[in-house]
Amino acid sequence: MSENASNELTVGQRFFRELTTGGTALTLLSILLAMLIGAVLIVVSDPDVQGTAAYFFSRPTDTLLAIWESASSAYSAMFAGAIIDFDAASVGDALIPLADTLTYATPLIGAGLAVALAFRAGLLNIGAQGQILIGATLAGLVGFGMDLPAVVHIGFAVLAGFLGGAIWGGIAGFIKAKTGAHEVIVTIMLNHIAALLLAYLLTTQLFRREGQAAPISPFVADSAALPRFFDGSRLHLGLFVVLLAAVYSWWLLSRSTMGFRFKAVGHNPHAATTAGISVGRSYTAVMFIGGGLAGIAGASQVLGTESYLSTSIAGELGFDAITVALLGRSSPIGTVAASLLFGALRAGAVTMQAQTGTPIDIVLVVQSLIVLFIAAPPLVRAVFRIKVRAASPMAAEVGGKAA
Amino acid sequence: MTQVATRPAESRETEAAVVLTRHWRTPIMFGVFGLLALVVFGLLPDGGRESTFGLSLRDDAIQLAPITVPSKLAAILLALVCLGIAAYATWQTYLGRRVPLWLSITFGLAFVLAFLTWSVAGSEISLTSALQGTLALSVPLIFGALCGMMGERTGVINIAIEGQLLAGAFLSGVVASLVGNLWVGLIAAPIAGLLVAWVLAVFTVRYFVNQIIVGVVLNVLVLGVTNFLYSRLLSPLKETWNSPGRFPRLEIPLLSEIPVIGPVLFHQTIIVYIMYVVVVLAHIALFRTRWGLRVRAVGEHPEAADTAGIQVNEVRFRNVLLGGALAGLGGAYFTLGAVGLFSPEMTAGAGFIALAAMIMGRWTPIGAVFAALLFGFANNLQSVLGIIGSPIPSEFMLMAPYLLTIFAVAGLVGRIRPPAFNGQPYLKS
Repeated sequence: MSENASNELTVGQRFFRELTTGGTALTLLSILLAMLIGAVLIVVSDPDVQGTAAYFFSRPTDTLLAIWESASSAYSAMFAGAIIDFDAASVGDALIPLADTLTYATPLIGAGLAVALAFRAGLLNIGAQGQILIGATLAGLVGFGMDLPAVVHIGFAVLAGFLGGAIWGGIAGFIKAKTGAHEVIVTIMLNHIAALLLAYLLTTQLFRREGQAAPISPFVADSAALPRFFDGSRLHLGLFVVLLAAVYSWWLLSRSTMGFRFKAVGHNPHAATTAGISVGRSYTAVMFIGGGLAGIAGASQVLGTESYLSTSIAGELGFDAITVALLGRSSPIGTVAASLLFGALRAGAVTMQAQTGTPIDIVLVVQSLIVLFIAAPPLVRAVFRIKVRAASPMAAEVGGKAA
Repeated sequence: MTQVATRPAESRETEAAVVLTRHWRTPIMFGVFGLLALVVFGLLPDGGRESTFGLSLRDDAIQLAPITVPSKLAAILLALVCLGIAAYATWQTYLGRRVPLWLSITFGLAFVLAFLTWSVAGSEISLTSALQGTLALSVPLIFGALCGMMGERTGVINIAIEGQLLAGAFLSGVVASLVGNLWVGLIAAPIAGLLVAWVLAVFTVRYFVNQIIVGVVLNVLVLGVTNFLYSRLLSPLKETWNSPGRFPRLEIPLLSEIPVIGPVLFHQTIIVYIMYVVVVLAHIALFRTRWGLRVRAVGEHPEAADTAGIQVNEVRFRNVLLGGALAGLGGAYFTLGAVGLFSPEMTAGAGFIALAAMIMGRWTPIGAVFAALLFGFANNLQSVLGIIGSPIPSEFMLMAPYLLTIFAVAGLVGRIRPPAFNGQPYLKS
């Protein structure tokens, strides 16, 4: 990606170039290809299709119809669950799926930014999962354990979430900076430690809900709950918090000195050192800030979406965050867009499972395929016979730094 | 792009710095842990209680009487052994020698025994069944660690061990169910791991995509596919798709009659015996053959290896596949060796602990075996102690492998150095 060249072009020209030389076209084709393979998986494993395939040679139309029926019903249910439900009673109800999409996208934006920021400084933050967990733990503790006036309580709880994630991320950054230990190994291990720590805390007096056998915490106080926007959907104020975080990340990366240092370190740590930038301090700082954003995602889960703390509070969010940041090419705007896409997939899959019985795990397959295809442009170009050449973004950006 | 293959100056600098500062870390850590053992396990607890260790199972040929020791005294003695080793290590370091691996292993054993004496004070634990449980939990870890090692020795980081284990578990179970033959299932397991590894190799070695990203994504992909197919086929049509059964335990005559370790090591399923062979072969192949020399050369200095006529990327590609096949075999242990059917996410993070075992074992097969056994022991112990009542919460026992690994990569425990070109693509200039 030659940024210098594209800076001299007009907006229209740049958009056209993006669209044709990789970037957007490649992304769209990757999504299409992943959805197609997902459809193949749905069709092949469908008992109806298998039933009709038994007599394929006597009546092939039956099989073809069953194939079409299987794939199209699954994907249209997914659309209905993610964007607009045309069968709904009112206009408001028809838009509830869109609100669900935004609800699922909310934590992804925060956690995705954590990974994206670290990418920019040349670090692979596999630890968003742990950062979300610790953020959620501290936010939850403030949420149900303290008694504060309404607005202050929310602010305090979100801040606690930020700090929790920031400390957990900061530990990884600090260890990397001080000892040169591979951040991937450290963050993977910290993820597991965070999960076990939360599991332990939920057995203690402080965190356990009274009279509950299951390890879950009390509900967060009303004064600390992120307010929901309307009935029938769990969409809450957390969306604006993470969007603010996205704006902050954009500002940090493109307008601040610290962001400039991060990017310099990410491009070339030796040059950055020569220029007087402390690589170690940048590593610690970027992991602290990024971890904090993941912590905010955790806070939004516990204060808004779930309302209480449990061991499954983070789900698979930390790993989705990595794919989101990759799909968004580690830019804040891209991360938000990718989060919306994955949020839509997730919301749609819930409806799809309910309506057609297609297991929700198809989302994991489609998501990972999208990222695989995006990571290997030559592969997608070969499939669609695109001739244009452009450098693979990920190979170049973070390829050589994982030593 | 061609600069990618040159050795980064930063790592060389940090290495030099680390060598200087790390000098005293091993004896210091030994001393700290030894004192910890002395105070927490030995001096603090009340005296007068006894720890009992059973040495035989009910149907063993040779029955040994259980050993009963006074908890406080035994813990103090073992802690003193730890401190003695710390003193010896200090002396060795003073003379400018490296602390040998066997010393670290002895230290670990003494520390673990002191911990064990302390935690079972006032009750009884069967050492044989504890060791059996340890081995059972370690088998997939050892296969997984060998998988990671095959890749990393050539410079390809394999984060997808988890996915390869899961794929092996899934396919071996499904194939064994469909064909109705466990042996066919066992052959399918390495093929599943190999397929996942092939994707990893194509993306990382051929297209130079970042190794960690592909690894992470592959884990999610395998998880998604196996979960999806489980709820679609394996769960509703259990009879056809998910009833593979288990390999029987084979008793090796004579060897299995050795007290304590006999029933642990030589009364096992075929997969465990395959593991013994694979570990020995891997050790010999890596350190005693021309193949091993080439593999290590590719990981340490690909440019030099290339100059010497070794096809760097060819070697990497083949080794990643080999590793995948090993991890696939390890996956079969879950379905065909231990449980007898496939359940979703049954590997439960074993792939990451295997990664940790490989690092703790310093990228050597024998070291990885001991690290995996230690982690398996900790995991097994927390469930045993959960039953007899443990002085520390089980979650903290489960944390041990992860904490130890962070200490290890941060240079606090022993000297750990990955292959120099680990994780870096090799682009011929």
